Amino acid sequence: MALVGGHAHAAALTEEPAHGPSKRIVVGYGFWIFLISDIILFAALFATYAVLTDATAGGPSGRDLFELETVAVETACLLLSTVFCGFAGIGAQARKSGLYYGSMAATFVLGATFVAIELHEFAGMINAGAGPSRSAFLSGFFALIGCHGLHVSAGLLWLLTMMAQVYAKGYRADIMRRLLCFALFWHTLDIIWVALFSLVYLVGVAR
Amino acid sequence: MWGKLTWEAIPLHEPIVMVTSAVVALAITGTLVWVYLKGHFPYIWKEWLSSVDHKRIGVMYIVLALVMLLRGFADAIMMRAQQSVALHSAGFLPPEHYNQIFSAHGTIMIFFVAMPFVIGLMNFAVPLQLGARDVAFPVLNSVSFWLTATGALLVNISLFIGEFARTGWLPYPPLSELAYSPGVGVDYYLWALQISGVGTLLTGVNFVTTVLKVRAPGMNYLRMPIFCWTTLASNLLIVAAFPILTATLAMLLLDRYLGFHFFTNEAGGNPMMFMNLIWAWGHPEVYILMLPAFGIFSEVFATFSGKPLFGYRSMVAATMAICILSFMVWLHHFFTMGAGADVNAIFGIATMIIAVPTGVKIYNWLFTMYGGRIVFATPLLWAIGFVVTFIIGGITGVLLAVPPADFVLHNSLFLVAHFHNVIIGGVVFGLFAGYEYWFPKAFGFRLHEGLGKAAFWFWIVGFYVAFMPLYALGLMGMTRRMQHYDIDAWQPWLLVAAGGAVLIGVGVALQVVQLVWSIRHREQLRDVTGDPWNGRTLEWMTASPPPMFNYAVLPDVEGEEAYWMRKQSAIERQALRPEPEYVDIHMPRNSAAGFICAFFSTIMGFALIWHIWWLVIAGFVGAWAVVVVAAWRDEPESVIPAATLAEVDRANRAARAAALPTLKPAL
Repeated sequence: MALVGGHAHAAALTEEPAHGPSKRIVVGYGFWIFLISDIILFAALFATYAVLTDATAGGPSGRDLFELETVAVETACLLLSTVFCGFAGIGAQARKSGLYYGSMAATFVLGATFVAIELHEFAGMINAGAGPSRSAFLSGFFALIGCHGLHVSAGLLWLLTMMAQVYAKGYRADIMRRLLCFALFWHTLDIIWVALFSLVYLVGVAR
Repeated sequence: MWGKLTWEAIPLHEPIVMVTSAVVALAITGTLVWVYLKGHFPYIWKEWLSSVDHKRIGVMYIVLALVMLLRGFADAIMMRAQQSVALHSAGFLPPEHYNQIFSAHGTIMIFFVAMPFVIGLMNFAVPLQLGARDVAFPVLNSVSFWLTATGALLVNISLFIGEFARTGWLPYPPLSELAYSPGVGVDYYLWALQISGVGTLLTGVNFVTTVLKVRAPGMNYLRMPIFCWTTLASNLLIVAAFPILTATLAMLLLDRYLGFHFFTNEAGGNPMMFMNLIWAWGHPEVYILMLPAFGIFSEVFATFSGKPLFGYRSMVAATMAICILSFMVWLHHFFTMGAGADVNAIFGIATMIIAVPTGVKIYNWLFTMYGGRIVFATPLLWAIGFVVTFIIGGITGVLLAVPPADFVLHNSLFLVAHFHNVIIGGVVFGLFAGYEYWFPKAFGFRLHEGLGKAAFWFWIVGFYVAFMPLYALGLMGMTRRMQHYDIDAWQPWLLVAAGGAVLIGVGVALQVVQLVWSIRHREQLRDVTGDPWNGRTLEWMTASPPPMFNYAVLPDVEGEEAYWMRKQSAIERQALRPEPEYVDIHMPRNSAAGFICAFFSTIMGFALIWHIWWLVIAGFVGAWAVVVVAAWRDEPESVIPAATLAEVDRANRAARAAALPTLKPAL
């Protein structure tokens, strides 16, 4: 990818290897491998939750606690944020800064709303005496959903960093590669959420 | 302000700990003062601590492993000494101290000796063998190393400030829960492993990508040296298994810090889930360590037999079969838990099936030697010692895989003897073979052969004397981890075992002497051509030590054993290939990110252990800031001009051309 501007170091940054796949391919590939490991982390938490789902210790179960309306709003926020994340990628590719910054900001707002709703849900449950210490089932629930929430929060921090990087450095090849990784991360969180929504909330209410 | 940390945390009343602390403190201070007085700090910082060169990082991993080996071995000596005298008496180590020692011994040997040693050798050799200039992500590689070092540091800090876990090398709940282990010992264990585990996971990502995406032209999959294959398999296992460890330890942390009930006895918690989760990581971990050692042996057998590896493709298939099967046997670690006869039978049979690909490998190694021109150099001695020892360990493993037999032998010294038999006889011997084999490549001079062979003989004899009695003791009913005992018949066997530990100690001492002697007499042992063993794979094609960029021009790979083919045609024609055309290349610059990130991680880990919450936040912010600053760099790479490449390469070509007439053609 050619770079505008003639700094001597700029050439080094965009230098592609003389042989083998491009840096973009290598970085994207490596990040996919990382994401697989992240999915396995969630798989371990899923398995634990599945084992503990009936261990309510006489306390509330999913049917008593889950409010599907709230979760539906959360889901909408996250899915919409993914759409905007895609727009941000298009904006960066096309070097349309308005589209890029606008979409990143929208992604941030929707992601932050998701986290805020989740924290509100957690606070409500804890105040009602259904915190993670109440039963093994609730331990599994809080850990699984909380781990996803932590990932989204880390993603928000990363998102702001990427906005600042593009602002400070422009659409440089290495920054474009990082944007690619960020987008992969954000979409993966979405996929995981779909599984969480279906297996934890929908099944939990139906049981 | 300082959480749970008070002056009480310093164990002033324990003379053994305090003397050790004083010696370690003196040694560290002495080293730092010596380095400062000699003016070596700038060199160490520029060439090592901030280096992102895979070879330097590999060497640092191995140095870490060797230092920690001394610590772990000191623990072993103390355990053998305690059990030698603790008949009808309390011995010299109080129970709470003894329990920390066996926990620290296992934790250190697996996580901070075997793992960094394996990863160090992979770091050093794999990019060279692939014909690459570095790993896929060099800065990340440095971060991985320093996070591993952070974990090792935290474990050692526990010796002087607070305590270490008393729960064994895997902290089984409910013992490891807050109710039964209220101190900071388990927290030291958990945070040290969480932080170093992140480093290991990133290594896994890095090496899978490197092997699959960063290879020399023509180096297709079935031309890769076996060590690259086993590295791929091992790192695939890291990527698939380490997240399970992270999740499991995180659950235990949540139990301990926030009152969750994953593994507690109350509120529906399920301790047996911990066993399942931890061994779903733990059994693949065995092969994460073992497979690279198999790769090293394969290289060693081929090189010192002067023949290509027998059954290369079956070796690849066996490696990948073990890689997959290793995920299907975890339950054999707790047959006695009560999963039922059917489940136990399935896992028992699955376990025995692993012996099939392993047997394929053993025969391949034997047939590699058959009809070869064998050179009994030190690496080959380790390899032959491995075959004999590992077969015994494998057989006792298959025995333990029979559930009814396991019910008798579970948790006895028979088990302890078995896993030392495979880990020492398999992994450790492999690591020492690799250390002897690649040392001249890394430093440009060999290790002293005589001392290496003497060390080998002390090690292997010591191993048998130390661990064969434990099989007998296991069959006599002695369980593991006993601080004292009342059975007179056990003591003679334990005394013999202690004698074996002393013999191993002589072996370790000889290795230290070998290293020091070899460094002092390095001119005598110099390797000028870069090919001291008549090697077959690409790493022997470049100078020893290799230049920072590995290859002035990326090698063209035209078949299996790329370098051997070139060498044979050069011997035939009595001339090297014509000089290649040199062009400028780009190499990554040094980065302090790994070191500084680990500095903040150490602070964060320590603060988490002692509940110093403001310091946790400071550590986290610091680590994040380092990542951001590193991402802000404008010049991550620098240019190496063609003239420099030509100069380095011509010197090596001249040495090789001079040595050409002395080389013998292949069999």
